[in-house]
Amino acid sequence: MHYFTPVQTQRRRKHIPDIRLVNVTKRFGNIVAVDGVNLHIYDKEYFSLLGPSGCGKTTLLRLIAGLVHPDEGEIYIGDRLVNEVPPEDRDIGFVFQTFALFPHMNAWDNVTYGPRVKGFNIKKAETIGHEVLEMVKLHKRLDAYPDELSGGMMQRIAVARALAAGARLLLLDEPLGQLDAKVRNEIRYEIRKMTKDLELTAIHVTHDQAEAMAISDRIAVIKKGKILQVGTPKELYMTPKSVFVAYFIGESNFLEGYVSNLSKRGAVIELRGGIKVQARVQKTMEKGEKVVLAIRPETIVIEKGIKKSKNSILGIVERITFEGTDIRYEVRLRNQDLVVVVKPSLVEEWLNVGENVTVSFSSGKTHVFAYPEVGLREELTVE
Amino acid sequence: MPKPKIAEALDRLSSKAALKNTIYMLSIIIFFALILLPPILGIIIKCGSIQDVLDQPKLMSEAFKAIAASFGVALFVSFIDVVAGVPMAWIITRGKSKWLNVLDTLSDIPFIVPTATLGYSLFLFWGDLGGLSSLFGVPFVSRGWLLVVLLHFAFSFPVVVRVMVGALLDYKLEYEQASRTLGAAPLTAVRTVTFPILKHSLIASFTLAFARSLSETGATMMVAGAFINGPIFIQKHIGEEGALVFVSLILIALSSLVFITIRLLGPKLRMPVRKVWPKAERKLSGSVVTSSRNGITLLIFFVIVLIPSLFVAIPAFEAVVTGVLPEAIGGLGVWGDYWQSLSLSYFVGTVVTLLNVVIGLPMAIIIARRKIGNGPSAILDMLVNIPIIVPSVALGASLAIFWKENFAFVPEIWLLIFAHLSITYPYFVRSMSAAVERISIELEEAGRTLGAKPLGVFRTIIFPLTKYSMFSGAIMMFTRSVSETGATLVVSNLVTAPVLLVNWVENEVSTSTLGLGCGFLILFSFIILLVLRLVVKGKETY
Repeated sequence: MHYFTPVQTQRRRKHIPDIRLVNVTKRFGNIVAVDGVNLHIYDKEYFSLLGPSGCGKTTLLRLIAGLVHPDEGEIYIGDRLVNEVPPEDRDIGFVFQTFALFPHMNAWDNVTYGPRVKGFNIKKAETIGHEVLEMVKLHKRLDAYPDELSGGMMQRIAVARALAAGARLLLLDEPLGQLDAKVRNEIRYEIRKMTKDLELTAIHVTHDQAEAMAISDRIAVIKKGKILQVGTPKELYMTPKSVFVAYFIGESNFLEGYVSNLSKRGAVIELRGGIKVQARVQKTMEKGEKVVLAIRPETIVIEKGIKKSKNSILGIVERITFEGTDIRYEVRLRNQDLVVVVKPSLVEEWLNVGENVTVSFSSGKTHVFAYPEVGLREELTVE
Repeated sequence: MPKPKIAEALDRLSSKAALKNTIYMLSIIIFFALILLPPILGIIIKCGSIQDVLDQPKLMSEAFKAIAASFGVALFVSFIDVVAGVPMAWIITRGKSKWLNVLDTLSDIPFIVPTATLGYSLFLFWGDLGGLSSLFGVPFVSRGWLLVVLLHFAFSFPVVVRVMVGALLDYKLEYEQASRTLGAAPLTAVRTVTFPILKHSLIASFTLAFARSLSETGATMMVAGAFINGPIFIQKHIGEEGALVFVSLILIALSSLVFITIRLLGPKLRMPVRKVWPKAERKLSGSVVTSSRNGITLLIFFVIVLIPSLFVAIPAFEAVVTGVLPEAIGGLGVWGDYWQSLSLSYFVGTVVTLLNVVIGLPMAIIIARRKIGNGPSAILDMLVNIPIIVPSVALGASLAIFWKENFAFVPEIWLLIFAHLSITYPYFVRSMSAAVERISIELEEAGRTLGAKPLGVFRTIIFPLTKYSMFSGAIMMFTRSVSETGATLVVSNLVTAPVLLVNWVENEVSTSTLGLGCGFLILFSFIILLVLRLVVKGKETY
């Protein structure tokens, strides 16, 4: 299905800009919410700012919108430095987490608010209103007030309102946070499809990595006001550059150890209890360095009994959790480390609690990171 | 810290439904028996005396003129109050200066100054040759309607500022931000989004200012001169029951009509949100216009509200030089009566405040939590406002008729306390019920599911979260009681401080004596408020 294109958006679609942030810092008292951020978001890209609560991602979005002003650095929309440009002159559409639909206006007045305050003639404002309401499939509810609409409907109206204002850049602040899981899944694809059909640039803030992975062209992972890594969902998942990214994107087992040997093919990592495994390491690592070995649960092979193969460790199944499509085993290794192994529930023969097993993994599917200065537990804290 | 045994026993008792219902029922009975009905019944039982006025066309026409003047001043002043008070509240809540806290506190000053004193202070500033007039050589504003308007503006302005500051602090800024991101200029965003959402608070602030202006007597007497409005008319005909009943009835009926109209039509009032003038509103949102608006607002506040309200302090300083101060401290001459009346004022203020907390708190909870069902609770909510709209002098006169003619054994001091209870009760119930309403019922439910008894929930959850509202409600009651003049004059022969000050003005005592008398009243009220504020702050340990 192809969406209608609002007149205003159609007129401007060729001028959708890149967004650039150069050394942007924002402080609230002693708290540094955004810390020297550099970021380039491309024209027509669906970009997500992903991070735990309080990491500064919403502040970053509000900086781009002009709702807060940077203490340092520059923000460009296209070639235009917008640090001092008020929000109404940035040609943006902002969808708030709580939707912020005006409670004293019905759906129609909410949606046509943008065209009206921008001084479009009434006919043009009405054309746009009808188009966007049709687009979000709510043209039959134009008389409804926000408190008469469901969460999903309010969300659609909020997006329609932002689009009707002729936004070239759509900023979405946790737009799905208040919706039920089913509705959330449905709407996230709708929003992506809409922005792609209208050739808009979208910046989407979320703390839900699954949501970010599902809809984004690229994602920036943020922690404590700093961008840790920017990449496509696949890049972030396959080649995380830090322990935190490996932890926050997808799921990982983290085993502490030392680099016991280095060779051209990789390295030998000595885990607790003297267990040695082979893994890929970064070039900068040195022999004897304390490291964290990360392995994705779904890349681990688990077999009954004692098997001898490369990178295999013996253990006992401690807990089994059935998760519908997957089955999740928690295995206590012989060095007392705990690893999680995830397998498809329908195709695997199930193991039992207390059963002796061998877990093994390919060295090519491991990631080795320098041990965090603050300690592993602190590094992985998301609060 | 272990809970005292008495608290435990009270907690246990509070879970008994019969006891809870008895408390609620008692608070409703006391409200009707002491607060609402006596002032109304006092007038109604004397309805027959209206004939005296109807038989005197001249008196009747004077009465109508006075009533019209009351409404004219109240409507005009409330309108100007909102126009000037909203930008002031805006500066306080949206400004970035570190001095805003000071400004916020300063805006409460006219609350602290007893109204009779405020009237005198304004007269000194605008009308007396020692004030602003010294610049011109002739009285700048003589006693009369203009000075009444200036006075009513000064004492009702803080009401609007207080209500609107609260509303703006509670307002979800996201609506305005959403409007800005959709392309609205700041002024457009405020006009089409913020004000319509805050419509109820705007109406409430207008209504409160209107009621305050309509019922004020004491201060108005100080500045009215030949100008006569409803309360002054009643005061001038204090011995004539007919005139009193006639004007009171019409004032109550008309103001009730205005209030009911506002209540019914207010929610239906639509602000023009569809029409937008993007270019003009963008220009009006510019920094020049905004700075000018802020400047004018501050100028109005300082020149028309704050400085005139505190102007009385200047002759008080003179008193130090002229030797009046030692006389005053020694209680010599007129000062013996002064200290006596001051003690009486503070005694009555304290008793009234404590009594109202006890009888008003259950009522506030009934209204906020709809304890007796939606309909009856809403009716109580409306009835609680009535004592605010009755002119205080009419309320006092009516109470005097009701109690003296039916219950002559009631001592005068109690009549005075009953009058002040009626006048101040709505302030406390209003602010407490609004505060309780703001607390999510889930917090109470959480407390109960964790094992707390109803009283325990109040002590540990509701009270800590509402203590500032309780405090501000208590402040309003106390200051209102201490400054009350109109009702006090007619309900009893007891001389409170404001009554004494009015007498001093009428007897033309020296400026420095009067100034010092007013100055003491302001100073002591300020100290009491400061101590109360510190006590509340010191207990902030949860």
